[in-house]
Amino acid sequence: MTTTTELYKTVDLAEVSTWYKAGKTTQFPVGAGATIKYEDKQIAVFYFPRQEKWYACQNLCPHKLENVLGRGLIGEQDGVPKVACPLHKKTFSLTTGENLNGDCPAVAVYPVKIEGDYVYVGFAD
Amino acid sequence: MKKVVLVGNGMVGHKFCELFSRHPKRADFSLLVFGEERRPAYDRVHLSEYFANRDADRLSLASTEWYADNGIALHCGESVTNIAHEKKCVTTASGQVHTYDYLVIATGSSAFVPPISGKEKKGVFVYRTIEDLDAIMDYAETIKSREGASATVIGGGLLGLEAAKATMDMGLKSHVVEFADRLMPRQLDERGAAVLKNTLTDLGLGIHCKKNTAQIGGNGSITHLEFTDETELKTDMLIISAGIRPRDELARQSGIDVGPRGGILADAQLRTSAPDVFVIGEAALYKGMIYGLVAPGYEMARVALGTIFADADAGTMPSTIDMSTKLKLIGTDVASFGQVFTNPEEARTIVFNDEVSRVYKRINISNDGKKLLGGILVGDASDYNMLHQIVQNNMAIPPQPEDLILGVRGGADAGAGVLDLPDTAVICSCENISKSQMTGLLDSGEAQSVKDLGTCCRAGTGCGGCKPMISDLVNSYLKSQGKVVRNLICEHFPYTRQELRDLIAVKNIRTYDEALDQIGSGNGCEACKPPLASLFATIYMETANPQAAIQDTNDRFLANIQRNGTYSVVPRVAGGEISPRHLIAIGQVAEKYDLYTKITGGQRIDLFGARLEELPFIWEELIAAGFESGHAYGKALRTVKSCVGSTWCRYGMSDAVTMAIELENRYKGLRSPHKLKGGVSGCIRECAEARGKDFGLIAVEGGYNLYVCGNGGARPKHAQLLAGPIDKETAVLYLDRMLVFYLRTAAPLVRTAAWLEGLEGGIDYLKSVVIDDVLGLNAEFELEMKGLVAAYKCEWKEAVTTPALRARFQTFVNTDEGDDTLEFVGLREQKMPKPWN
Repeated sequence: MTTTTELYKTVDLAEVSTWYKAGKTTQFPVGAGATIKYEDKQIAVFYFPRQEKWYACQNLCPHKLENVLGRGLIGEQDGVPKVACPLHKKTFSLTTGENLNGDCPAVAVYPVKIEGDYVYVGFAD
Repeated sequence: MKKVVLVGNGMVGHKFCELFSRHPKRADFSLLVFGEERRPAYDRVHLSEYFANRDADRLSLASTEWYADNGIALHCGESVTNIAHEKKCVTTASGQVHTYDYLVIATGSSAFVPPISGKEKKGVFVYRTIEDLDAIMDYAETIKSREGASATVIGGGLLGLEAAKATMDMGLKSHVVEFADRLMPRQLDERGAAVLKNTLTDLGLGIHCKKNTAQIGGNGSITHLEFTDETELKTDMLIISAGIRPRDELARQSGIDVGPRGGILADAQLRTSAPDVFVIGEAALYKGMIYGLVAPGYEMARVALGTIFADADAGTMPSTIDMSTKLKLIGTDVASFGQVFTNPEEARTIVFNDEVSRVYKRINISNDGKKLLGGILVGDASDYNMLHQIVQNNMAIPPQPEDLILGVRGGADAGAGVLDLPDTAVICSCENISKSQMTGLLDSGEAQSVKDLGTCCRAGTGCGGCKPMISDLVNSYLKSQGKVVRNLICEHFPYTRQELRDLIAVKNIRTYDEALDQIGSGNGCEACKPPLASLFATIYMETANPQAAIQDTNDRFLANIQRNGTYSVVPRVAGGEISPRHLIAIGQVAEKYDLYTKITGGQRIDLFGARLEELPFIWEELIAAGFESGHAYGKALRTVKSCVGSTWCRYGMSDAVTMAIELENRYKGLRSPHKLKGGVSGCIRECAEARGKDFGLIAVEGGYNLYVCGNGGARPKHAQLLAGPIDKETAVLYLDRMLVFYLRTAAPLVRTAAWLEGLEGGIDYLKSVVIDDVLGLNAEFELEMKGLVAAYKCEWKEAVTTPALRARFQTFVNTDEGDDTLEFVGLREQKMPKPWN
């Protein structure tokens, strides 16, 4: 049981050692997020249908350390995909993880790939 | 290429670099900067904010990358030790020698420490740099545990008071010791300072004026102060903030002229006695004075840079420097402007002194009664920007000058507005931006908002004190030009909510995606999704289920997210009437799912702590017991509160409960720009607080009085009388019309009270629309409401009975487990989330 941010570190595509099969694409909402559990991590996965893009980040909002980001609204700002935390509307870039509307620490982001009907999230451990 | 060397990387030094980087002729020059501190320039004006977050990055004015990107060579942690101005070269601490064509000294100032014996003791600090603040915070940690630990600040000026506030926030008992007979002696007169003293004393600060510190007592570490009047003050630490001294030692030892009491002599072009050597900022002695404010420092940077670049409009320093300031102090505002102190031969004064609210205002008026010379504001400085402009621009003042601080008593419009200022009026003094520069940008269309002006010309980006005035200017100016100030939804939809509503209805747009394709751009965001969802709900009677992904987070899960990410559940209890059987059913559900229960302000019961995956199960049971959604999560009708009315109450004049239930059931599920609340009181005792609601009915002789557009909350507002006495049916008819009019025309997240405030003509206009049908739309309004009422569906019932809709309540896609990180603690027989750190 943990809600510390140390658990989450951004994984670059090149660093991926495990592609975790998170579920069927149809299990994920269209134009919103859902959460998966991988070992002791909670990862929010988002599907942007208009751009046909998938993103993933830690479910833990660094602001108040609650596991909620997967339930936030998604959108874009000047072309950057982002998620807005449902608690206090802190927004985070889903490409870099940085907080776009304040000075919260960044969230960790993870690569996502689609193969066949399945969604895979990349981890480096 | 000419070579410029800048010594000093403080705020003014950085301003010089910033202006340099933007100068059209910058390619003809190179710039080499030496800073003594190890980090690049930071914002010293807001230094005390460091105490709150200890985050140096937030104070940073520019990064080393910025310097690199702009081709400016910055050497931090490297001080210059000698200037050989005959040879035009400087030597640094590490022995480097650099030649220059122009040298700019911006060495700033250091804290002045009076020669008090014992100042070397442990626990004695100055207040100047981030390192000083770090040392103060670390030391405060070590003394905190002591019984009644206290801190004292020597110096009752702005910085001293800020430091005292910071030590108070650290949990220490705090004192301020001032040598003069009052606080802020340079900015305030005796009465103003007395008001400030009383405010600060109320906050728990110890204020000791007219005290001359003779000795800092203690064995190794400070334990007390001894004053020349032989009194003592016990203290565990001391911060000295007794003024500044210009850093002129480099110039002095290099043979550049300095003033008798310090400061490097500067002419109106900021030239020193040595050729091609300039001085700017707090190190400069200009007209016999050192200027410890950022605005004159920035002006010096501008003039010096213009002179070096030989600009045609380089300008010179004005012969008198404006020392007006507005400060946000601990729990109060203080401002002084123009000529603060005057004698009876040159001016008359008007004083407003309110000892109850602790507000003091003084203005100095020329003896002929025509000009405002200056003044002081304590406690309420909201008039500062306008008064300062009147002084700066020598503007005419009203025949009753007291109107300037008291407002016009008796209706008529109060004095000068921002549009009356002359074009040359400098609105943003940090960046030296005049009114005409800003209106020019507004005219050309380059800027349309306060934010745009900040981007285009940096107006308002310095201390930020002028922002209210800039905002005023943008709104009044655009309006005066016949331009509508439009509240656009976001970057994806360049429309107001009302325009969007019309477009969606006319083009029969059914989904958010279609809206983006047909009338928007890009891919949407969290700002435009919920307003569009609200529009689909009112135009097509759509519940929050079909387009769940665009709903605001609470609507998406049909529950209110609480601080630990669990939800609260609120079943509808129309009019607040609930049978014992229903009460028991709620109790059983709450017990089964271990939910914290509380009665809400809207006469219903809130069940807290439901996990996401439990929501559909909880609702299945509630629905089976006869409940439906209470829409507490939506921008929608919430409740219609009632008193018990004539059925039981011996004073009641109407059956308020039945009326409330009928109204709540009529409008339930109605989505609107903001939440909607109603109330019905059975007599004028008004126990239902109906006038604090968006709509309220109060029973009177002959029917009901109908009040609209009130609210409680942060800005309480009483609802205003729309009609009455009228019968029940007429009341419902008027309400139908008024609500649809509001649904159609209000901006997102604007409640009815604010909406009415923005309606030209106010309540009289609303009456003419709703009662006299001046728009000729009432038939349409009534039909629309009829459709909305008929289309009502309980969206929770829809969600639990449709498997595809239920899937969204699973916590994890890949497992049925719940979230094992949730932690609760006990609370009076119930539970609550573990508090945030």
